[in-house]
Amino acid sequence: MSKNTAVHAPTVWGSEAMQNRISARYRKERRFRLLGLFAILLALSFLAILLFTLGAKSIGGFFQTKIELTIHFDRSLFPDLDGLNSDEASLALTRVDYAALIRQSLMDRFPDVRQRRDVRSLASLVSAGARQTLAGTVRQDPAVIGATQDIWFLASGDIDSFVKGKISRDVPESDRRVKDREVIWIDALDAAGKVKVGFNWGFFSSGDSREAELAGIWGAIVGSFLTLVVTLLFSFPIGLAAAVYLEEFAPQNKFTDLIEININNLAAVPSIVFGLLGLAVLLGFFNMPRSSPFVGGLTLGLMTLPTLIIAGRAAIKAVQPSIRDAAIGLGASPMQTVFHHVIPLAMPGILTGTIIGMARALGETAPLLMIGMVAFIVDVPESFSEAATVLPVQIFLWANSPERAFVDKTSAAIIVLLLFLILMNGLAVWLRNRFERQW
Amino acid sequence: MSVSASIFILILLAGAGFFFGRQRSLALVSGKLATLHSLPNQYGWYVGILMLLPGILVILLWIVFSGNIIDTMVIASLPDHAGPATEQARALLLNDIHNTAAGAPHSGSSEIYIQEAAQRYSRLKSQGVNIVSALVALFAVIGGLAGFRTIRPDLRARTHVERVILILLILSSVVAIFATLGIVLSLIVESARFFARVPLAEFFFGLQWSPQTALREDQVGSSGSFGAIPLFAGTLLISFIAMCVAVPLGLMSAIYMTQYSRKNVRKVVKPLLEILAGIPTVVYGFFAALTVAPFIRESGGLLGLDVASESALAAGLVMGIMIIPLMSSLSDDALTAVPEAMRDGSLALGATRSETIKQVLIPAALPGIVGAFLLSVSRAVGETMIVVMAAGLAANLTANPLEAVTTITAQIVALLTGDQEFDSAKTLSAFALGLALFGATLLLNMLALSIVRKYRESYE
Repeated sequence: MSKNTAVHAPTVWGSEAMQNRISARYRKERRFRLLGLFAILLALSFLAILLFTLGAKSIGGFFQTKIELTIHFDRSLFPDLDGLNSDEASLALTRVDYAALIRQSLMDRFPDVRQRRDVRSLASLVSAGARQTLAGTVRQDPAVIGATQDIWFLASGDIDSFVKGKISRDVPESDRRVKDREVIWIDALDAAGKVKVGFNWGFFSSGDSREAELAGIWGAIVGSFLTLVVTLLFSFPIGLAAAVYLEEFAPQNKFTDLIEININNLAAVPSIVFGLLGLAVLLGFFNMPRSSPFVGGLTLGLMTLPTLIIAGRAAIKAVQPSIRDAAIGLGASPMQTVFHHVIPLAMPGILTGTIIGMARALGETAPLLMIGMVAFIVDVPESFSEAATVLPVQIFLWANSPERAFVDKTSAAIIVLLLFLILMNGLAVWLRNRFERQW
Repeated sequence: MSVSASIFILILLAGAGFFFGRQRSLALVSGKLATLHSLPNQYGWYVGILMLLPGILVILLWIVFSGNIIDTMVIASLPDHAGPATEQARALLLNDIHNTAAGAPHSGSSEIYIQEAAQRYSRLKSQGVNIVSALVALFAVIGGLAGFRTIRPDLRARTHVERVILILLILSSVVAIFATLGIVLSLIVESARFFARVPLAEFFFGLQWSPQTALREDQVGSSGSFGAIPLFAGTLLISFIAMCVAVPLGLMSAIYMTQYSRKNVRKVVKPLLEILAGIPTVVYGFFAALTVAPFIRESGGLLGLDVASESALAAGLVMGIMIIPLMSSLSDDALTAVPEAMRDGSLALGATRSETIKQVLIPAALPGIVGAFLLSVSRAVGETMIVVMAAGLAANLTANPLEAVTTITAQIVALLTGDQEFDSAKTLSAFALGLALFGATLLLNMLALSIVRKYRESYE
């Protein structure tokens, strides 16, 4: 025994002080563990609250109030179509005062409304799009001229919100967007079974509109699709080529290091800065068409490029070296080895990374605001160079609208966007599980 | 004839070139492949590439430069009295001409010379596309013939083709450098124009931000003030609130998932947390403005506090939620990179798990966790949509989270959307803000990456 060993009394584990100390430590342990669990549950409950709120609100956006009116197609209001060819006839039909037909029908139902101002607010029960509905009916079947028909029309945005209970009756009239008079009219129509709430197919087939009840997301979906096509065509080949070069051919030198540092930094640059790049270079310097899917796609392509390169490199790195050795050993050139063996084997990983990058690009808003994709656009875009909008920007635009009906529309558009994202990410997960190779 | 049509025709031509090149090489050796230097397909590629490359180059040049060239020609052809005097007038005029040419119904200008210029613009454009298409076809034919005629059994087709491919690969990886260069140059050039009007010191130290410049010279308050301190302070405040949410929640959930939870629980919880990261920021912004902000306002009202309807607290909270998965997954990596032996040693000495985590794991993983923190801050500073939708535009210099503040990103969006004046200090200030933002995030990222890298090396 060495001299400097101090002599301690042995620890008495059974003593009360020791037992207390141990149980205190275990209490601390349990508390810490619960804290961790609590953190996870809190984060997950945020997710649940977010999805639940949006889901609940979106239901109103997918459904739409309709009002049935009895329309008498008064022959005196229509031009004489005899002797006109079909072009002239359809042109003549566009000039008909369809609003008068609707007004007349409503006045027939509420004979005591005669004041000009009252008639106007009566007519605004139905959407401004009702005229197009009527025009379409007549165009399809000119035989209805002179006849009387019951037709369902979209209710205007405020009436729609009222029927769905989003605008309360208990609010004093001065604070309510739907006035007492209109409430009486709607109740009367409802009592007659002339009001119903149905699925809003128009939401999926029309472009944007100032009228909430007419606004749809088809234009934004097409715009998003065109933009993503450009993004994919730009970033996939370049990203793949860069990943192949850096992983398989690049020599270890300063230049390669520079490229790698650049890629890592680009991956963390805020997306809005890419918007500034698009604005200054693509629009300002190269004079490319503003607000177009082409410019939007290029901007997003530059933004997703680093993600794609990093994912591609990881996938290429994961291919066993023995595959390369075997190909080289059989006389393939390095280029043949890469293109015939390494890339096909790495493809599932590369595609997974690409889909995830595209999903990010689909949800991106800020850079597109910079290049002018915020314009109010009614028409569904048909080419890469005309002004378009995309789903997230459409959500942003609607979210800024004061009308109550647009809140539901916004939530519904968000649900559609999230569905697309879930679909894409699901595809990526499936690809990874299906083709992942264990070496 | 459109550009996409000529690309399509070019690809068809090159396909034919591939086929004939391949046939030619086979015919030359009458099927005895061993006497060919390269494989028949490689001769096909050789001809195809010779046809494609010049055409693609021409089309790229056209896409990049045609706009500017045509604009210059149209402006030059205007009658003298209509020629624009200033840069600004030129841009407005061109805008008019483009709109008229595109057949926009409300372009408003019915002046004869604009109509003529618009017609001229459309004509030049279609002529240009025709010339480009003809050039592309011509080059393809010349390239194809040249390639076809040079095919001999000893032609090193594979070497040539592979060299071209290698050059393309290198060019692709250089795109990243060009993107960075483009960002830096465009930000610096536009900022320099801004700082020519507004002194640097005012921008970086001024306390007043009101970028509204007047339309008329003599208007009251016609000189906007560009002191960006309120914006920097607002950005810091919101980022601070976000970090207060994201760091404890992210770190604790990473600790729980790596140290306590069973494998199958982790398998479910981790992807669920990742969903939070996958939700687009515009959705968070909508959520913050519609649900969180009114909630905070009402609960503040119950406590007798006066909460702004666009409070920094609401934006910061929601941003924090968004950043939880980033913080969590980066800390997760840092924690799992700590060697098992350290943890096992501590446990073997009788420390409880929480003691091991607090006294061994976290100190060992600290550099990684700091890196995660820095990257999260950088993310918060650069986040745009949440603050645009929930934080508002009032440039208050305050540390009170219940008041409305604005951030760098929100101001950039406000300055560059809506009606813009060409070349005004107001528009240019967005680029100066962008430069400040880029610089700050770049610094944070570089710092974080170097810390993480050093830390990883020390355990490898």
